[in-house]
Amino acid sequence: MNTPESQLRYELQMLLDDYAATIDEDRLEEWPDLFLEDCLYEIIPKENESAGLPIGIIRCDNRRMMRDRVISLRNANIYAPAIYRHFLSALRIHSVEGDTVDFSCNYLVINSNQMGQSLVYQTGRYQDRVVRTPEGWRFVQKRAVYDTSRVQTLLAIPV
Amino acid sequence: MNKPTTFPRNDGSRVPYKVFSSQKIYDLEQERIYRGPTWNFLGLDAEIPNPGDFKSTFIGDTPVVMTRSEDGGLAAWVNRCAHRGAMVCRLARGNAKSHDCVYHQWSYDTRGNLLGVPFRRGQKGAAGMPADFKPAEHSLRQLRVDSYRGLVFATFSDTVADLPDYIGPVMRPFVDRVFNRPIEYLGCTRQFSNSNWKLYLENVKDPYHASLLHLFHTTFNIFRVGMKAHCTTDGQDGLHSIILAIKEQANTEDAYKEQNIRSFDEGFRLEDDSILALVPEFEVIATNHIQPIFPQLVIQQIHNTLVARQLLPKGPNNFELIFHFFGYVDDSAEMRALRIKQANLVGPAGYISMEDTEATELVQHGTVRDGDAYSVIEMAKSAPEQEDTLITEKLIRSFWMGYQKLMGFETEVA
Repeated sequence: MNTPESQLRYELQMLLDDYAATIDEDRLEEWPDLFLEDCLYEIIPKENESAGLPIGIIRCDNRRMMRDRVISLRNANIYAPAIYRHFLSALRIHSVEGDTVDFSCNYLVINSNQMGQSLVYQTGRYQDRVVRTPEGWRFVQKRAVYDTSRVQTLLAIPV
Repeated sequence: MNKPTTFPRNDGSRVPYKVFSSQKIYDLEQERIYRGPTWNFLGLDAEIPNPGDFKSTFIGDTPVVMTRSEDGGLAAWVNRCAHRGAMVCRLARGNAKSHDCVYHQWSYDTRGNLLGVPFRRGQKGAAGMPADFKPAEHSLRQLRVDSYRGLVFATFSDTVADLPDYIGPVMRPFVDRVFNRPIEYLGCTRQFSNSNWKLYLENVKDPYHASLLHLFHTTFNIFRVGMKAHCTTDGQDGLHSIILAIKEQANTEDAYKEQNIRSFDEGFRLEDDSILALVPEFEVIATNHIQPIFPQLVIQQIHNTLVARQLLPKGPNNFELIFHFFGYVDDSAEMRALRIKQANLVGPAGYISMEDTEATELVQHGTVRDGDAYSVIEMAKSAPEQEDTLITEKLIRSFWMGYQKLMGFETEVA
């Protein structure tokens, strides 16, 4: 059973679980560490993506911008405390070339607020590219293409 | 008659909180504002460039569709079939030569004229429509439409002034400042807030909050409350306004230290500060241009990011904001990339805008059971001639005076 393909699936699943836990457990300072220095992280509505339009709600085209985002969230931006839970499914591996893998998977983020409500906050699909490094798999690209085009109140914490 | 509300003062400095949550007032606003003598922003000309292109949107909470007709003109109609009231257009965007209601396939052209009614003349002895049925009398509700420098507006009113006069001579040069050449539409993002639409209009007329709520500016040493400014109203009904924050070199950190404002912090620097570039492209170099054209549009230039924000009421307790981002057709590749990068500053996750809906929701939740209590809007009231400061609530007072007049709400007699 332990074919290269199933081994790869297992490793990608592990990476995604680590990624989700980093955010859901509020370890945002570690979030950029899952990326290479030259990388792309963006959250973009599907309506723009489908129309070939570039605008999203967060777009970091290097890891410094991701660290800036975290510093701003911790020290500058004002938003109601919230807890995310990520639910991931339907992992599809699209291509494997040497140490680079392209894959995608569904994501659902439930946001629990101060009043004790848990609401569907955002759902969409990750379109990811990772590379194998001595430290493990790292994201070169993570694009969260979301279906929930109406963002409720605001989006502070990355998905 | 039982009046929905009165205002304690006639200078816009006291606003009864019930205007933010009353269903009765909300319904009256739909009639007197959105279906009254106002021009309502629908979208950008550049969103529907080709004949047949359409976009579904709203005037207030009435669904409308804006279209590009075969001759290249603009049209807009209420999205309600003339037959039995079903929404005719069911898509957010698209291209179509005709719009057919799915219920009974009544068909309309891009301008909303009725083209055909199935079985109008009956079939095999069935009578069909009466002989005196005239399709020309059963078009969709067609609206007056006009565009100003690529911004498309529509109105239910036959009496409101032409669009350029409605925007007015004081506001037009500021619209022209941003819309000075053909634009490229770059996409939209949407933000939904559990608060009343007027709380957002107050927010975009409130330069006082900018450096106090949005700490990104000050945390990263970008924006100072002592910055030079130009804040003025339209000189008409006071419903439109402009805030221009003008770039200057002088550092006013000391002013913050003196007042011990929580937003002052010397410690943080951005690792990638290219996000804060300000490539000069206008005659007056401003970091912020915030210009509401009442009731549905806010024109925004923040650094090099350009947005037409559409503000839509969704019942008394909710509104939706749609940020239409754009650049110029003649932008260099670098400039286009910078505008896309600076989209991080605004919108639902914007570094210097995300808190706005947080603040408006705090007001909504704080005032829900205190409709007869009122806000206190006094900043710079004693100096009405001052236009060069951000520490003012003048634009908000002016807005409420215009609102009171438009809604026909009287001032309490002392």
